[in-house]
Amino acid sequence: MNAPVNENQLDWRLIGTIDDVPVQGSRCVKNGDTTIAIFRTVDDRIFALEDKCPHKNGPLSQGIVHDGCVTCPLHNWVISLETGMAQGADSGQTAAYPVRIEGRDVYLKLSPKV
Amino acid sequence: MTKARLVIVGNGMAPGRMLEHLFDLVGDAFDVTIFNAEPRVNYDRIMLSPVLSGEKSYEDIIIHGDGWYEEYGITLHRGQKVVSIDREAQTVTSEGGITAAYDKLVIATGSNPFIIPVPGHQLDGVLAYRDLDDVDGMLKAVEKGGRAVVIGGGLLGLEAAAGLKMRGMDVTVLHLMPTLMERQLDPAAGYLLQKELESRGIEIKCGANTKAIHGDGKVEQVELEDGTLIDASLVVMAVGIRPNTQLAKDAGLEVGRGIVTDAFMRTSDENIFSVGECTEVGGRVYGLVAPLYQMAKVAAHHLCGLPDVHFTHAETPTKLKVTGVNLYSVGEFGDGPGVEDVVMRDATRGTYRRVILKDNKVIGAVLYGDVADGGWYNEMLKSGQDVSEIRETLIFGQAHQGGGAVDPLAAVANLSDDAEICGCNGICKGQIVKAINEKGLTSLAEVRAHTKASASCGTCTGLVESVMAITLGDGYAKKAEGMCGCTDMGHGEVRRLIKAKELKTIPAVLQELEWKTSGGCAKCRPALNYYLLADWPGEYKDDYQSRFINERVHANIQKDGTYSVVPRMWGGMTTSSELRAIADVVDKFNIPDVKVTGGQRIDLLGVKKEDLPAVWSDLNDAGLISGHAYAKGLRTVKTCVGSTWCRFGTQDSTGLGIKLEKFMWGSWTPAKVKLAVTGCPRNCAEATCKDIGVICVDSGYEIVYGGAAGLHIQGTTKLGTVKTEEEVMEIAGAMTQMYREQGFYLERIYKWADRVGYDTVKAVIFDDLESRRAYYERFVYSQKFSQTDPWSERVSGVDKHEFNPMAVFNAPATVSEPAE
Repeated sequence: MNAPVNENQLDWRLIGTIDDVPVQGSRCVKNGDTTIAIFRTVDDRIFALEDKCPHKNGPLSQGIVHDGCVTCPLHNWVISLETGMAQGADSGQTAAYPVRIEGRDVYLKLSPKV
Repeated sequence: MTKARLVIVGNGMAPGRMLEHLFDLVGDAFDVTIFNAEPRVNYDRIMLSPVLSGEKSYEDIIIHGDGWYEEYGITLHRGQKVVSIDREAQTVTSEGGITAAYDKLVIATGSNPFIIPVPGHQLDGVLAYRDLDDVDGMLKAVEKGGRAVVIGGGLLGLEAAAGLKMRGMDVTVLHLMPTLMERQLDPAAGYLLQKELESRGIEIKCGANTKAIHGDGKVEQVELEDGTLIDASLVVMAVGIRPNTQLAKDAGLEVGRGIVTDAFMRTSDENIFSVGECTEVGGRVYGLVAPLYQMAKVAAHHLCGLPDVHFTHAETPTKLKVTGVNLYSVGEFGDGPGVEDVVMRDATRGTYRRVILKDNKVIGAVLYGDVADGGWYNEMLKSGQDVSEIRETLIFGQAHQGGGAVDPLAAVANLSDDAEICGCNGICKGQIVKAINEKGLTSLAEVRAHTKASASCGTCTGLVESVMAITLGDGYAKKAEGMCGCTDMGHGEVRRLIKAKELKTIPAVLQELEWKTSGGCAKCRPALNYYLLADWPGEYKDDYQSRFINERVHANIQKDGTYSVVPRMWGGMTTSSELRAIADVVDKFNIPDVKVTGGQRIDLLGVKKEDLPAVWSDLNDAGLISGHAYAKGLRTVKTCVGSTWCRFGTQDSTGLGIKLEKFMWGSWTPAKVKLAVTGCPRNCAEATCKDIGVICVDSGYEIVYGGAAGLHIQGTTKLGTVKTEEEVMEIAGAMTQMYREQGFYLERIYKWADRVGYDTVKAVIFDDLESRRAYYERFVYSQKFSQTDPWSERVSGVDKHEFNPMAVFNAPATVSEPAE
C-alpha cells in the first residue's frame, strides 16, 4: 500500500498498554541514547518525561509519583509530570513528551513538547 | 510568719484552675494540700470522649503533671478520699487516716453519675461515664466486642456511643425522651443529629424506657418497658449527675441541690469555700466547664481577700465532641408568649439554623452543620443588643451583614473585644489580642499557654488562629505541625488513629483521616506504608510505589543513577567461597569499585540497574542474601572476635552477633537500626554509639541503647545487665518492637527514646518481664512475614518490570522533515 504518510504520525510509537506501568509508578522507554520515563498516576493518567532531573540528572523514573509530580530520588526535587518544570523554590525543566491513549494502548511521541 | 494553710478536697478541673489563679495573684502565699479520691494528677475531663474514641491518649489530656505539683510545693494525697471535716478544730481526715489542718478549706468533690436503680444495675459490665476508670472499663469491653447499650441520649451518652462505635462495637442508644439532647437542641436539630448518628451505624431508640438488665453475673441483655430485649455485653449509663454533697452535709454545711454558696463561693462557714459541680450558687448547679472555671476564678480572688469579683450566671453554649458532627446551642429555645423564631434549613446539606428572639433581642440559638456563627449569636445574646435593624439578614450570619463577601477573617475582625472566643475558658477576643501584643506571642502553643484560649476542648482553635492572623498580620504564618503538607495531623496522631480505626490500607488512611491531597506525597506515603506494615503484620500488603527507590530495588542509588549492592555478612564473618563468588560477580558485570564498609561487609559500587537481578542471582547461588544496606530496617550487627580469638574476650561476641543478625534481619523499622556486640569493655566493635549495643563482661552482657554517630553524635544509655544470650535476644527483639510500634518514620532509636523517656523504655523493656515478653512475642510474630530475601524474590521474577525497559527504539530524537 502506498497511502501517504502522515508526517505527524512519523514519530508516534505504540509503547505498550497502561497496565504495563504500575499505578503511581514508572517504566522506561529507550530511544537510542535517550531514556524516556513513562509515569502512571493514581487516577490512571500517563505522562512522559526525559529520565533526567534538571538538577543533577537524577533518574526521575526511580522517584515517587504523587500529585501529578515525581520526586527525584537523588535530592528530592519535585518535577511536574505535565510540563517537566521543577516545583517550589527550585527552577529548571526536563523535556516532556506527548502521550496519547487509545483504549488501553499508550502511544508516545519521540520528539518532546515544544 | 507561717503561710496560711489551704486544704482542697478534690483534684478536678475547677480546683486546678483555682490554684492557677491563686498562684498568679499571690505566688506561694499558701501552703497547699490536696486530697484526691482518684489515684491521678489533674486531667481534662471534657476530653474523655477523644480518649475513648482513640483520638487522644491519657497523656494528652493531663492538665497538671507531677512537675506542676512539685514546682508549687503542693502536697498531693492521691487515692485519699476525705471522710470527715471537723469545723471546730479546722481539720479534715481521709479514709487512710491522714489528717490535715486548714485555715481555709475548699470543697470540690464534684459529682457522682446517676445510676438508674433498675434490676441488674449492679451486674458486671454496667458502667457510668465519668472518669478514666470508666473509659478503661469500656476499652476492656471493646476488646471482647459485641454490642454496647448506652442509656441516655444527652451530651455524654452520645459521645460515649460515638466513641464505642469508632472502636468497632455495635452500639444502641436508649433515650427516654422523644428526641436526642432535648435540653440543648430543639426537635429539628435533634432529628438531624439522630440521622447523622444512624448513618454512622449507631442504632438509636428514643422514647425507650429501660426496665431491667439481665445476665448471669455479667451483662447479657437489656429489657425495655415494652418487652424488647437487646443483647449487650456492655451497658453505659449516662443519664445525669448528682452533686456530691455528702461530706458537706455531714459537716453541717447548708446543702440544697448542691453545697450552697454566696456569689463569692463561700459556704455557710466563712472559712470553707466550694467550687465545681458540687456547688450550688444562685440556686443553680452547673455541669459545663465555663461556669465551673468562673467559680474557680471567683474563689481564688476571695481566698486572697480581693472582693471585686463575684459569680454571675451566664448562658453556656453546648457543643458535642463527636468528630464530624457540628452543633451549637445556647440560651432558650422553648415556645412562649412573645417568642419569635427565625429559621433556615438546607435539607440536602443537612444544615439547620434557628435564632430565637424576644423583644427584638436574641435569647437563644441552635445551629447544626455550619456552626461558625454560634459565637456571634452568643455575643448578641450576652450583650442584649436590639437586633431589629439587622433582623432581615440575621439568620445568614455575621459574614452577610453589610453585604460584604464571606471572609472568615473579616468576621473575626468585626467581633468586639468582649466577644467570647473560647467558651470553655471564658476568654474573649480582647484578652487574646492583648496577650499577643504584650507578650510577643507568635504561635498557637504560646497563645494557649498564656491565655488558655483553645486549650480545653479545642473546638475554637480556628477562631483563635484567626485572631492571631488579624493581630499579627503578615507576621503570622500558620505553622503546619502535620507530618507533611497533606495533613495537619502529626505522626503520633496518625499512628494512633491507624490502630484505633483499624485502617489497613493507604487509601483508607487518606480517606478516613481526611488527607488534603488525592494520593499523598513523597513524604507521607513512605511513612504510612511503614506504619501499616508495622501495625498489621501478615495483613497489610507492602506498597512498593510508596517506597523510596532503594527499598524498591534493594540496592542503593548512586549519584549517576547506578546502584551499589551489599550482601549480608553475618556478624561481619565471611568465607573464601563467598569472597570468590563476590570476586566473580565483580569481574562478570564489570563492577567498577569494591569497598569495605564501616558495617563490616563489602560494597559493590556502580552496578547498572538492569544488571541487578543477574548480580543477585549469582550472589544468591553462593548463599549470600541482601544486606539491607538501604533499608529503614536492620542493617548490620558489628562484632569483634571475642573469646574465640581475643586474649581479652569474655564471651563469644561474634557468635552472639550472628545470632542477633539472623534473628532480626528483614524487620522494617522507623529508621535504620544498627547493632554491635563487643567482647569486652575495650569496645572494639564500637557498641556504645549504636542503636542497640551489647558489651560482654565476665558475668554476662551489658545492654546499652540510643547511640548515634552520624549528623548527631551521642553515646548510648545503659539499659541493664543480663546473664544469658537468650535474655539479650529477648531484650533486643522487645526493644526493637517497642520502637517499631511507637517510633515516628525516620526517627532513630535515640530520638524516640528521648521523646518517650529512657526511664519508660527501661521500665517497659527491662524491669517488667511480662511486657518485655509481650513485645518480644509480637516481634517474633512480625518476623514470620519479613524474612524473605528480597533478592531471591526479585530473581524469581517479582517486579520484573522494574528492571526492563518497556520499549526500545532507535529513532532520531526529532523528526522535522516529512519523509520522502
